[in-house]
Amino acid sequence: MPIDSLVNSLPQLMDGLKNTILLTLFSLILGSTLGIALAMGRSYGGRLLAFVVYLYEKIFRGIPLLVLFFLIYFGLTEVGINLDPFPAAILGLGLRSAAYQSQIYRGAINSIPEGQTLAAYSLGMSRLKTVRYVILPQVLRLSIPGWSNELTIVLKDTSIAFSIGVIELMRQGRYIYALDFDMVLPVLLFIALIYFIIVFSINKGLGYLERKYRMLGLQT
Amino acid sequence: MQHILEVKDVHKSYGEIRVLKGISFTMNKGETKVIIGTSGTGKSTLLRCINQLDPLDRGEIWLEGEEITHRSKSINIIRQKIGFVFQDFNLFNHLTALKNVSIGLEKVKGMSKEEARKHALQELQRVGLEKQAHQYPAQLSGGQKQRVGIARALAMDPTIILFDEPTSALDPELIGEVLEVMKGLAGKVTMLVVTHEMGFARNVADEIIFMEGGIVVESGPPAQMFTNPKFSRTKDFLGKIATLYGTEGGK
Repeated sequence: MPIDSLVNSLPQLMDGLKNTILLTLFSLILGSTLGIALAMGRSYGGRLLAFVVYLYEKIFRGIPLLVLFFLIYFGLTEVGINLDPFPAAILGLGLRSAAYQSQIYRGAINSIPEGQTLAAYSLGMSRLKTVRYVILPQVLRLSIPGWSNELTIVLKDTSIAFSIGVIELMRQGRYIYALDFDMVLPVLLFIALIYFIIVFSINKGLGYLERKYRMLGLQT
Repeated sequence: MQHILEVKDVHKSYGEIRVLKGISFTMNKGETKVIIGTSGTGKSTLLRCINQLDPLDRGEIWLEGEEITHRSKSINIIRQKIGFVFQDFNLFNHLTALKNVSIGLEKVKGMSKEEARKHALQELQRVGLEKQAHQYPAQLSGGQKQRVGIARALAMDPTIILFDEPTSALDPELIGEVLEVMKGLAGKVTMLVVTHEMGFARNVADEIIFMEGGIVVESGPPAQMFTNPKFSRTKDFLGKIATLYGTEGGK
């Protein structure tokens, strides 16, 4: 019975899920931190810094994730950098996500009227204080919808880390149905369901955050 | 008596366009001066040059006997002494009215949260908005937003407040409440006001400065400017304004 087999393989799948979640988490921490830094660099940095960020965004948004994974995992070996699959996957997902997230934050920065910056200056705030107390709090709120989208993309794309040998949900699934070909469809359907439930719950949760921290009167 | 503000021969160009061509005037403590003139004549630029949101090309600004345009002066400290009220309010959208007023006290003046809150509430009372303290800018009317803007400037306890067309973005029925607040400040706070509200200029200003083409054409007390201007350009402008807004400026 496929149901019995599924139940039996549950611990193995949960083990994979744990890695999927860890991978998502670490990739997002890297992606968000670097993404904010990139957006700030492009909006407030000098011309050179802005150009470097621009190049970064173009490059990392222009390479397929699978190619990026292979470059980091296999390619770097050639120059003497040997990364384990897990950190290689974090690097690939995080660096790519940073390029996309940078765009999200930059859009939010641009949507804040310049007058607010002038008003902050007129109170005697330094540039740093203006960014810290006026710009950033608004940028983060305005970025929640875009960020929520990015989170689900990163979560789903962790499955591609399968290709460089990270033992996440997909690979655990493959281990199971490789031994029993009757299980291919049930296992894949079950994995799809797990992804769906998680993505669905995350979106619900972030929707709540978005409503909680919206700027009153500005919601549409 | 020492002047509270001295503007000396201020020049400012944007590329090829010479906007200010040598502006000079002085202000005493507690005075209200109104700058009038046609659009594009550099009135707003002059205000921005005074608190250096726009750096000036040539000339000097002195505040309480200190040259603030001098390179060694820290601009963030100087700006605390110069309040600025914007045409478009420029409130911080993510903060309540109260927080809009208290943020400068807390983050710039280093007051404690509680102290800043108390002080901000007093300033909101001063502009008649204590009931709206916990509303966000998007929930306020234009007139209320501008009163928060004035309270925000007042809270910093500045030496002078610059008003850049504070009522120009308002619906006519909302102009009155803002002008009332400003009238209430006259004599207590030093104010330099760019406005087209001739009623305010006539009734509240100690002196009117008429600018055209980047220079001060004429200045004097309202009575003289309105009844007996020296230059025909002044007369022409006031005539035009009177036709547009009425002699009392609609209020």
